[in-house]
Parts: sequence; C-alpha cells; structure tokens
Amino acid sequence: MTTPHASGASTPNTGARPHSTISFKDRAHDRLNDAKVQRAMRNFNLAGARARGVLDLENLEDIRTSAAAIRDRSLAMLDVWLERFEREATRRGVTVHWAESHDDINRITVEIAKANGVKKVIKSKSMVSEESHLNAAIEAAGMKVVETDLGEYIVQLAGETPSHIIAPAIHKNRDDVADLFHEHHKTPRNNDPAVLTMEARKFLREHFLSADMGITGGNFLIAETGSLVLVTNEGNGRMTTTMPRIHVAITGIEKVLGTMEDLSCILRLLTRSATGQSISNYITVNTGPKQAGDSDGPEQMHVIIVDAGRARLLGTDMQEALRCIRCGACMNHCPVYQNIGGHAYGWVYPGPIGSVLTPNYIGLEKALDLPHAATLCNQCGVVCPVKIPLPELMRKLREKQTERGLRPWQERTGLRLWSWLAQRPSLYGLATRVAARLGKSVGGAERTIHRLPGKGWTEGRDMPAPQGKTFRELYAERNRK
Amino acid sequence: MSARDRILGRIRAARGAGVSVTDAERATVENFIREKPRGVGPAMPWEIGPRFREQCIKMASTYDEVATRADVPEAVERYLREKALPLTAVAWPEIASLPWAGIKVEGRPARGDDLVGITGVHLAIAETGTLMFLSGAETYAATSLLPETHIAVVPASRIVASMEDAWAQTREEVSDLPRAVNFVSGPSRTADIEGVLQIGAHGPFRVHVIVVAG
Repeated sequence: MTTPHASGASTPNTGARPHSTISFKDRAHDRLNDAKVQRAMRNFNLAGARARGVLDLENLEDIRTSAAAIRDRSLAMLDVWLERFEREATRRGVTVHWAESHDDINRITVEIAKANGVKKVIKSKSMVSEESHLNAAIEAAGMKVVETDLGEYIVQLAGETPSHIIAPAIHKNRDDVADLFHEHHKTPRNNDPAVLTMEARKFLREHFLSADMGITGGNFLIAETGSLVLVTNEGNGRMTTTMPRIHVAITGIEKVLGTMEDLSCILRLLTRSATGQSISNYITVNTGPKQAGDSDGPEQMHVIIVDAGRARLLGTDMQEALRCIRCGACMNHCPVYQNIGGHAYGWVYPGPIGSVLTPNYIGLEKALDLPHAATLCNQCGVVCPVKIPLPELMRKLREKQTERGLRPWQERTGLRLWSWLAQRPSLYGLATRVAARLGKSVGGAERTIHRLPGKGWTEGRDMPAPQGKTFRELYAERNRK
Repeated sequence: MSARDRILGRIRAARGAGVSVTDAERATVENFIREKPRGVGPAMPWEIGPRFREQCIKMASTYDEVATRADVPEAVERYLREKALPLTAVAWPEIASLPWAGIKVEGRPARGDDLVGITGVHLAIAETGTLMFLSGAETYAATSLLPETHIAVVPASRIVASMEDAWAQTREEVSDLPRAVNFVSGPSRTADIEGVLQIGAHGPFRVHVIVVAG
C-alpha cells in the first residue's frame, strides 16, 4: 500500500491553508461552480435525521437548557475542573501533558512516539490534530500514520482535509472512493459503498493489529474519574484504544465535564444532534492504561490537554462558543454550508461554529469573510444542543472587525458616506429620488437592471429596477390625500 | 513556569480569579462531584424489559430471550445455525463454563481472526438498547470488538432504565472504574461514503442479545 499523505496539499479542492489569510469569497465561489461539490451537498441531509431523532424528546428545550448549564458550569471554573481531572487521571496512571500551541501538540506526540520506538501510528478522529497538522509532523519524524475513521481514511488517501467534522468525506462520491481504493489498495475497482466499506475494514484491520501507537481525540474529559470519553459509530475509537501498546488522546481544555451524570445528559443531545441517533454505537470511557491481569488495552495512556487559543475566549463575549460539543448540527442546518460544503471555510471547523472559532483561534484579521459567511437566519442557534447564540457571536465579530478598522476601504468609505448622508434627511431624500429616477430609466421597458457597478450582486442575477418614486414620496402623497 | 501553569494561569486570569486555586473553589467542585445532580432528561414512562427489547432492535441488534442460564448454549447454537455462522466461538470465562454441546467455545481473549465472540454484560440500558461492559482480567474488551459476530448474554436483573442509573449502580458495585467502560448499542456502522448507511465498519457486523429471565 502506498503511504498516504496527510493534509497540507495545495490543490484548490483540498481545504485548509491555516494561518494564511482565508479568502472565503473566492473559495465559496469555486465550490458553487464545482458540479461535484454541488451534487454531494444535495445528497447531504443530516438535518432531516436530526429532526426525526429529536422527536422522542418531548422536553427537548429543557434538556438543551440543562446541557448548556452543564457546559457553562465547566467553563466558569475551568481550571479547577481540569486540575481535578488531572489529579484523578494521574492517580489512574495516565500521563497528562499540556500543550499551549499547535507546535506543542506535535512536539509532545512525536516525543512520546520516539521514546517508545514507534513505527506505525493509527488514528481515530481528532479535529484538534487537524488544527496542528499532526499527521505531517509524524511523517516528518519518519513514522507512518494511518487514519481509521472511514471518512478520514478516504480524505487522507486523497491528500485532502475533512470537509465536515463528523462526515469528513462528504464532498467525495463513491466513484472518487473507488478510484482511491483501486489506486492505493491495488484491488479491482468497485464503486459499491458496501464493498468499499468492507475493503477498508480489511485493510485497516491489519493496521489496527500492527500499530504501536493509537491517537484519538477526546469528546469529553470527566473530572470525577479522570476518564476520557470517545463517541464513535464505526468502532475505530475502541480499536485505537484497545489494540496498540500506547494511547495518546488529544483534546481541548474546554472539553471537561464534572460527572458521569453530566455526560449522560449531554450524550442524549450530542448523538441526536449529530446523526439523529438516540445513542452512538460505541461510547468508550477510558480510565488509565492496562491493569494487572488485563489481556488487552495499552501499556501507556497519555492525554494532551490543548489551549492553542481557547483560553483567550474565556471571560469574553465569545465564551459561549466554548460550550460546543462538536455535533455538526449548526453546519448541517446552515443554508450557506449546504451550498458550498466545508472546504470553503478554509480551516478545520466549517459552518457557523467555524465562522466563530476560526477568527478567534487564528486571528480576526486572517478570516475577514468568515463572520459574514452567514445570513444570520438563526437555524444554527435554534438547533445547537448547548444553545450557543451563533448568529449573535458572528454579529459581534463583525462589530469587532469594524471597530478595529479591518473591513475593506471601499466598505468603510461607503458606510461613512452613507452615515453622513443618512444624518441629513433632506439631502438623503434628494439622493434617493435621483437614484430611483435614474434606476427607472436604466431599467427601461424590461424594468430590470442587468448590471450594477462593482462585482458581485448582478453577476448571477438581475435586479428589479425602481419604479420612479421613493417610499418617502409615496408616503407623503398618501398623507396629502 | 510550566505550560500547565501558564495555561491554568491564563484561565484564572480570564475569569478574574486569583493566582492559585483556593480551598473554597476546590470544595465547590468536590461537593458537586459528591452530590452528582442529574441533568434534565426525558420522561421514561415505559417498562424496562419491553423497552430494552424494542431499542435493541431499533439499534439493529437481534434479540432473543431464554428462561435460564442453562438455556443459553442452545439459543446460541440456534442463532449461529440460522445465520449460517461458524459453530466456533471465543468467550469470557463465565460464559465458556456453561454446558456447551453443539458449539466449540474457548474461554480466551479474542484474536483478529476469531469470528464469533460471546460475552456477558456488566449492565444493560433500556432507554437506548445499550450493553455496558467493564474491561477486566476475565471480561476481555476485545471479545465484543474484534469478531464479526458478537453475542451478549444479559441477565434480565441487570437491565436498568438509563445511563444515569447505570453509572449510579456501577459506583455501588465497583470502587474504581476499570481501564475501559464500553457502551455498545448495536453493530458497528458508517455512512461515510455518500451518506449511505453500511452496517459493519470496524466492529462487529452482528450483535445478538440473549436476555436470561431467571
């Protein structure tokens, strides 16, 4: 099998170019004109699954409120909960590491691998490791790394990055996967998803049984017991934490929960919000390495707790974003995401939550378009299981851009001009009267304007021409009658 | 100053707390953990037995009931023959010690090429049709993971209503959690190719639940 290369490729369709400026507009434009992405997005309906999945929770709103409160409680004393987690985990034989930056994640992971003579690493899903380009770092250190979530595996073979946090290869169709497997596995080409899934199982099973180290993310950390919680459907999370002799889990500081009661409450919403399931097939709670007498499990368990920009959100008007439990419901319900897919967002987290997290994690000035990549329709706010006010947070980020003078000069000048004009009612009335008359004559008999100056608005659609009189004129006329 | 102290320091500064964690803050956390208040959950107006059966089937497990533990071998054999599966299995010791006749059952950990694994359970959860396993010297985690077919023997007395109840009962029975607590709800699945659901990704293709009434 050819060694698959992870993220970081540079062809237009491959997703992340972190830490350089993200041009959402250009990227979205490309996806809108990409027939394959458009076909894939039309097939995509996790929103429907979620709608059916929540039907059996009559008190859904009360459960959401409760889940949001659970997350807020963790965030309110995050350091104390983390310290409690660390103490319990350490008592159970876990080595706890702390990573301030993305570089720290890669350095710590590679150090653990080198210290243990690791040759092959298998990975269950970890979005945090996508933030740090961990696969590239492991390969650069001379080790082989294989993603084992089917979607992540496909994306890795293609040299791309995930386009959705729970359905990473949603932008690929069965023919793409058939080509990739044929090329990398040297097997006869077949595009039946059932056959392809079995083929992946067979190839990945060998890796599971021969890898020295398993890397996972972490859906939650439990302060009560020092446990790590993984939620999967495929069973790769269990495999990754059961078969190799070393387990390294990487997760953000915000993922800590108090007790198993907190976990039980949140899980009801996580899985329904993600895929509509009342529970995922596997919930794995790992507490320390193999114990005396155990026939399976790793000899070492490491947990890397990652800041990398997260603590910056605490105590600010962005803190609510840290409640996120990564279900993907906000993107599944976003009319913008549904049309362009995840790669347009340019970094690890797409959709509304990405539009909030990316500017906060990598810098507002590097993701200028993202807080604007939404219609503020609040579908995301309505479905978010932990009630993150996503449209509100995007609006606040827009304000911050304006306050910091980060908007383009045309927009700034235009708004300044408009504000000057809007404060002078008679002049404003005159200007709109002239514009309305002008618009009518440009519209002509068709009553349609085909082209406005500047790029964008009339490239793909016509604008109905004004019919000669402004609202204020019509209003004044009616009052005179 | 270590990365740990810098991160925790940043968090404390962000929330306007003093430099080091106070006893009062620790007490708040410890009290919460001791009290373990439950979050808001759904009403559970159903009976445990029927609900467990219904939810097992919803999660694509198959379901059978027998009167006593001694009836388990026959039920397993019936299932394996019906599905035309191999009559050889690996099992937890507590299961391997049952009076097996038509099937070859070895009480040892599963390897990558074993096709049928038979386990007991720690508990089962009616709300979601979930099996709960604690790893241990005689309750191998891999038995419910590596083989293509997993059969679980569930005493009816071990089925509880919710995950909250399962944790509460586990705390009473076990002082420290084992290395792995696994909740399994049906066979492994994926929809990563065009959103088309496939049963049987990395874990078992089939999960067969046998509830023992007495």
